[in-house]
Amino acid sequence: MKRRTFLLGALGAGGALVVGWSLLPPRSRMGSRETWGRLAAGDSVALNGWVRVAKTGEVIVAVPRSEMGQGVYTALPMLVAEEMDVPLAQVRIEQAPIDAIFGNVAMLAASLPFHPDNVHGTAGRTAQWFVSKLARELGLQVTGGSSSVRDAWGPMREAGAAARAMLVAAAAKQWNVSAGECTVDAGIVKHAGGRQSRFGELVQSLDVVPVPSTVRLKDPGQFRLIGTPAQRVDVPEKVDGKARFGIDVRLPGMLFAAVRMCPVPGGRIANVESGVAMKRPGVEKVVRFAGAAGCAPGVVVIATNTWLAREALSKVDVQWDPGANATLESRAQIEGMRRALNDEKGFTFHERGKGSDALKEAVMVVEAEYRAPWLAHAALEPMNCTAQFTADGRLKLWAPTQVPSVLRHVAARYAQIEASRVDLEVTLLGGGFGRRLETDYVIPAIAAAREVRPRPVHVLWSREEDMTHDFYRPAAVARLRAGLDASGNALAWVTKSVSDAITPRYTERAYPALAADTPDKTTAEGLIDQAYEFPHRECAHVTLKTAVPIGYWRSVGHSHNAFFTESFIDELAHAAKRDPFEYRRDLLKSHLRHRAVLELAAQKAGWTQPLSAGLARGIALHESFGSIVAQVAEVSLSEGGPRVHRVVCAIDCGSVVNPQIVAQQVEGSVIFGLTAALYGEITIRQGRVEQENFPQYPMVRMAEAPRIETHIVPSGEPPGGVGEPATPPIAPAVANALFVLTGKRLRSLPLRLA
Amino acid sequence: MALELKVNGQPAGVDVDPAMPLLWVLRDVLNLTGTKFGCGVAACGACTVLIDGEAVRSCVFPVGQALGKDVRTIEGLGGGKPHALQTAWIERQVPQCGYCQSGMLMAAAALLAANSDPRDADIDAAITNICRCGTYPRIREAIRIAAQNLRGGK
Repeated sequence: MKRRTFLLGALGAGGALVVGWSLLPPRSRMGSRETWGRLAAGDSVALNGWVRVAKTGEVIVAVPRSEMGQGVYTALPMLVAEEMDVPLAQVRIEQAPIDAIFGNVAMLAASLPFHPDNVHGTAGRTAQWFVSKLARELGLQVTGGSSSVRDAWGPMREAGAAARAMLVAAAAKQWNVSAGECTVDAGIVKHAGGRQSRFGELVQSLDVVPVPSTVRLKDPGQFRLIGTPAQRVDVPEKVDGKARFGIDVRLPGMLFAAVRMCPVPGGRIANVESGVAMKRPGVEKVVRFAGAAGCAPGVVVIATNTWLAREALSKVDVQWDPGANATLESRAQIEGMRRALNDEKGFTFHERGKGSDALKEAVMVVEAEYRAPWLAHAALEPMNCTAQFTADGRLKLWAPTQVPSVLRHVAARYAQIEASRVDLEVTLLGGGFGRRLETDYVIPAIAAAREVRPRPVHVLWSREEDMTHDFYRPAAVARLRAGLDASGNALAWVTKSVSDAITPRYTERAYPALAADTPDKTTAEGLIDQAYEFPHRECAHVTLKTAVPIGYWRSVGHSHNAFFTESFIDELAHAAKRDPFEYRRDLLKSHLRHRAVLELAAQKAGWTQPLSAGLARGIALHESFGSIVAQVAEVSLSEGGPRVHRVVCAIDCGSVVNPQIVAQQVEGSVIFGLTAALYGEITIRQGRVEQENFPQYPMVRMAEAPRIETHIVPSGEPPGGVGEPATPPIAPAVANALFVLTGKRLRSLPLRLA
Repeated sequence: MALELKVNGQPAGVDVDPAMPLLWVLRDVLNLTGTKFGCGVAACGACTVLIDGEAVRSCVFPVGQALGKDVRTIEGLGGGKPHALQTAWIERQVPQCGYCQSGMLMAAAALLAANSDPRDADIDAAITNICRCGTYPRIREAIRIAAQNLRGGK
């Protein structure tokens, strides 16, 4: 039996899990006592690749994921602390070194284009096993796809359980008793006879204790920490200014730099006049650099502080050669996508029953075209990176990144040194949202550091550079068709959408040798994989490459495809003259989890209760990243625009590690999605992004923020993601409420009534 | 030309152009990195500090105009012990990525100094900072908790 399959099966049974990782492929992710390398020296001892115990009793946990607000610095150590029976306060985290055991297996496994109903079929399981094995070998250390807890749920609990077993074995040996007679409570090993030892007191005898070849994980009923709203470990330093983000890196002798990059994708530098800038006070260098890894070519000004660098940069006269994209217009791109909707066949991701032929048998066919624009990530911490070429020929990097292993690879390639000579420290991230899955921000930093070696240099982008050099959520158009029978029941679901594809573009930037234009699940997710029980389905996508740089944006394809799907389902309900909640529920006869989520949201929102005048409700249901979310939005019109007052959210995200973090993520995801629904739009004129800063790219602020209620469906299933799944449903929930208020069906984002 | 500032109650001499925005003096010269850069055009509020008790967006505030005034940053918000807002922020578990929170706390501190019992509309009007993680509902609750605790003399 293959280990991964075995693991999935055993977790599904929900009982205690015994894992023997030494025998079964894919290879164990436990790591060895050597994984920590030189870090393990001194006052602590490594028990495996994830856990170290110090003489003070402190448990040190390797966290291979980046903290960008989603709570991984708390949720991941909770998994280890639970199995070790140690209080969270006694656990300290350290950034994991780059090692294959820390690669994100769950994220890659979820990238397969399977309908959730088919994941557990033979093909689904085989493909998942294969990709998991591949992911294990690749060791991609990536934080994304709402996958951190899903990925760590097995390995980090196993690592904690193994560490606990070793501590028990060490104590039992000392006391000359059987390990089975020992228990662990709050970081203390106890024997029935009354003897006890703190973890720290056992450190010296741990060296001779072998790493166990099997461990027993706790039964969920035994959990003491998992499932509790433990306080986030990063909150205290985030309220007193001590938290260190990438922008806060300060090193002896460090220089500060500002950057300007070619405003037109694919353009080049024609000429740089930097004489005036060089004479400005505090300026050390003006550096011209070539583009790479998606980073446009540009100019860096290095000075003794950021302001001097920014001021001097404004005096640098750069002539750009915009190249072939000088006439790029977003409006024309969208029109091209609409044409492709008619002209191209595309790739069929999903087909069931008679597919589109079933439309011929329908009594009524409903058809609509939907549209979504490009979107910027606009993380509040602008892109930045600090770099230093040391005297001994190493490249040191400090970066707020979601992709340590990819960043190191790209940095080594650009600097033309071996990856083993690149040291990377991952800082806290002032927002990620997928923007920091990219590696472009390392390029100007390396170019600058090369010119001032061995001094470190911190390159901070302006908001304008950040917003105009993003990798945008792709624009998309879609045509949805449904065939209804005489009673309005939906028989056939037929969709075709057009957009560029993120994964091939990302691969071109990060791993050009691996780039290939293969079908990309992210284009179609949200259209092809929802639970509604249409007997006949056909979902196709046309990839239309455009010059606009695109990237992964919180909830990725679901972000717009949920708007299309859930607005259109609402259209079907209205065409059938049925209540939108009941219409959805009737399409979920055998999908009990989805139905329960939908019903919980409706019940908590008082779906059947009257609302005060001027208010209307809209509902939406969407599954993404292994979790199911339903939302009911209460909306009114104020000064002609939509005003969202209250959002009731129900989520089934499987087993919950920390319900307080789940609620935070739901709230944040709703507001992130609401900003996109109400305001988000990046447009391009003459090759240049028109929105440069927040005044042209507005955000939901306090005055527009709704009340948000989170209701979690209890579940014993393995964890689903929580960082993204609550973003997709908000746009359609609001649009569906606006239809009730105005009778107008808005099929384009952002939602504009005028 | 050395400028004499008073930051968090301490004198601080800096040798910079008086036109330099206070934000960069705090961050790059005085190493007080708790105050953040977000937009450079006073649109996001990440750089909010208190000057003589008023919330000011330091990215567009020339340091020369801060002379003789009391500059207070997140590092000095509580003056040695946690401010009621910081306690409430922890109680309500407000921050996610945390990047905007210094500015949010400083804006909230200015609000509570002027209004001990802010209503929703007062909070909406005073807190115009951007939080990309969407912590607004919790910020609202935390401000109310802090206001209540301050009124109760806690």
